[in-house]
Amino acid sequence: MRYIDEFRRPESVERLLALIRNRSRTPVRLMEFCGGHTHAVFRFGLRQLLPETVSLLAGPGCPVCVTSPTDLDRAIAMSRIKGVTLATFGDMLRVPGSDGTLQEAKAEGADVRIVYSTLDALGIARANADREVVFLGVGFETTAPSVAAAILTAQQEGLKNFSILSLHKLTPPAMRAILDAGEVRLSGILGPGHVTTIIGADAWRFLARDYGISCAVAGFEPIDILLAVRALVENIEKQSPEVVNAYMRSVRPGGNPQAQSYVDRVFHVAATEWRGLGSVPMSGLFLRDAFAGFDATLRFPVHIEPGKEPPGCLCGEVLRGRVEPTDCPLFCDLCSPEHPIGPCMVSSEGACAAHMLYGEA
Amino acid sequence: MPKDTILLAHGSGGRMTHELVRDIFLQHLGNPLLDTQDDAAVWTLPRACPERIALTTDSYVVSPIFFPGGDIGKLAVCGTVNDLAMVGATPLYLTAGFILEEGLPLEVLYRVVASMAEAGREAEVEIAAGDTKVVERGGVDRMFITTAGVGEVPEGVCISGANVKPGDVAILSGPVGQHGIAVMSQRDGLQFSFPLQSDCAPLQGLVAEMLKTGRPIHGLRDPTRGGLATTLNEIAGQSRVGIEIEEERVPVSEEVRAACELLGLDPLYVANEGKLVAFVPPEVEVAVLEAMRRHRYGKEATVIGRATSAHPGRVVIKTTFGAHRVLDMLSGAQLPRIC
Repeated sequence: MRYIDEFRRPESVERLLALIRNRSRTPVRLMEFCGGHTHAVFRFGLRQLLPETVSLLAGPGCPVCVTSPTDLDRAIAMSRIKGVTLATFGDMLRVPGSDGTLQEAKAEGADVRIVYSTLDALGIARANADREVVFLGVGFETTAPSVAAAILTAQQEGLKNFSILSLHKLTPPAMRAILDAGEVRLSGILGPGHVTTIIGADAWRFLARDYGISCAVAGFEPIDILLAVRALVENIEKQSPEVVNAYMRSVRPGGNPQAQSYVDRVFHVAATEWRGLGSVPMSGLFLRDAFAGFDATLRFPVHIEPGKEPPGCLCGEVLRGRVEPTDCPLFCDLCSPEHPIGPCMVSSEGACAAHMLYGEA
Repeated sequence: MPKDTILLAHGSGGRMTHELVRDIFLQHLGNPLLDTQDDAAVWTLPRACPERIALTTDSYVVSPIFFPGGDIGKLAVCGTVNDLAMVGATPLYLTAGFILEEGLPLEVLYRVVASMAEAGREAEVEIAAGDTKVVERGGVDRMFITTAGVGEVPEGVCISGANVKPGDVAILSGPVGQHGIAVMSQRDGLQFSFPLQSDCAPLQGLVAEMLKTGRPIHGLRDPTRGGLATTLNEIAGQSRVGIEIEEERVPVSEEVRAACELLGLDPLYVANEGKLVAFVPPEVEVAVLEAMRRHRYGKEATVIGRATSAHPGRVVIKTTFGAHRVLDMLSGAQLPRIC
């Protein structure tokens, strides 16, 4: 298969591994920000293949996982309002809030529907004029442009029964929050490939400038990831921190200006709550006043107590890179993909799910 | 072909039910047992005293009911036949219960039943008894089918998911993932199409070829829901053996790989309806493999790994790059209502 096989060729993987082995002297700890990377690393068994000097650590880049329990509780409460149809991505249904999940609300009669894109939610709104369709929008910079486009479309069509609960988040402020907390010592960051396709590689310059840490933006195939690891090892050995674009076929220095302008037209940036990181300044996307008519929080105000984390769950620590999923006392025995307690076990991008699904033999 | 729709009266047991039975079911599925229209089918077993009988049951709720390469009727026949074949039984008779939604066009039922008849002919089974119920609109999604199947287990055949021994070779009959992706590509909300057909097929002929070699077959299973990964985990658990497979040896077609990449699925977890995985002692590998490759549904049969005494109950996959990782059972639902 073109564009896939080239990036999975065993000979190329072996050659890159040899280059990394030969160059790596200083032990390094690299955080893969993105949950997609964590899954690829496990699926292809890359941790086992890298030399002992290179260790990889999962980061907070799973939008489902970082959704705060309070926000989930709000979504669940909205789904229970008479006349509301709540549309969202499949993973969100199983994430536990303080008391239950969207899946449980659905079983009790709430109209919760799984969609593959925001446009599907728009379609539901068009086809069901008697329902109030609320799209529960989770995601990073990658998802936000399509949500912005859907809102602009709804506005153009004069669609009155469509609104969104925006839980969209920005990744650079989260990276800053992790580094500022100083809980984990990191030598380099594998930058999120799809997010950076939108925001541009230049958006990560602050890592080298302010923190003296290298960042290599990576794609999601084994060769992509190893190219980025190799670039990081090289920069660390040379002691010259910089931002490297190791995903040239998708990422540009300035990103995708059209997508950025959509997001900027529809959303403004403010502090928001992340599971594991708490409130992070300038990291949430909220609808601008001009689009207040599409803001589900204004149209369906619900009273929500501050949410509670599941007792004993270490998802917050996992998301900050403080512990590995296997360090959590609930892992596997009490918390599993069938009976998840924390969100990192639910999401297809969650680190705990990756450990369970692709555990090293 | 009838142009009307199913009414609640078609399930009343009265004249309309009888017309439906006569015009659709008996027309397509008719055979001496069904034609008697008694409350139960009565027959003499083909041999004076067969040692063992295999019995199975299954329900079919696939959505949509027509998909590339098959439909709910063909699936019901093949699925039931395959369940019998996986214990080495020669399928003899099936039963079929239909739950129909009020308003279903008769033409749809006609097509499904005709397709069952065709699949039955290929699988060399007859439908010996049947039942029809009609429920209000919304009570079911168009139609559900429940089947039972009986088969005769030939003497000396002892195949079970619990019989696999360390050292046994795992043979897969062909590329995986076609059925799940073919059904998925027809679902609402997914605007893509692949030139891809379900692999839905009756496997009793393939199993018969394998048994004809006279060589022992320890375990057989068709990797349906949950895909190959789930089936291997079931066998590892039942037989208390470890299983090791090599990723690059598992055949996956380009179309399935491409669809899985797009949808974020792993082909090892996608359903099949016309594939089997066999565990045989290493000394009979060549003979069984050759027999399989002679049959139309086993042309691409290949060895994918083996059972081991290490890590009992666990399946381990060697990735293309030589790393080893656990291949776990499917968690949750990868695709809704595929069979």
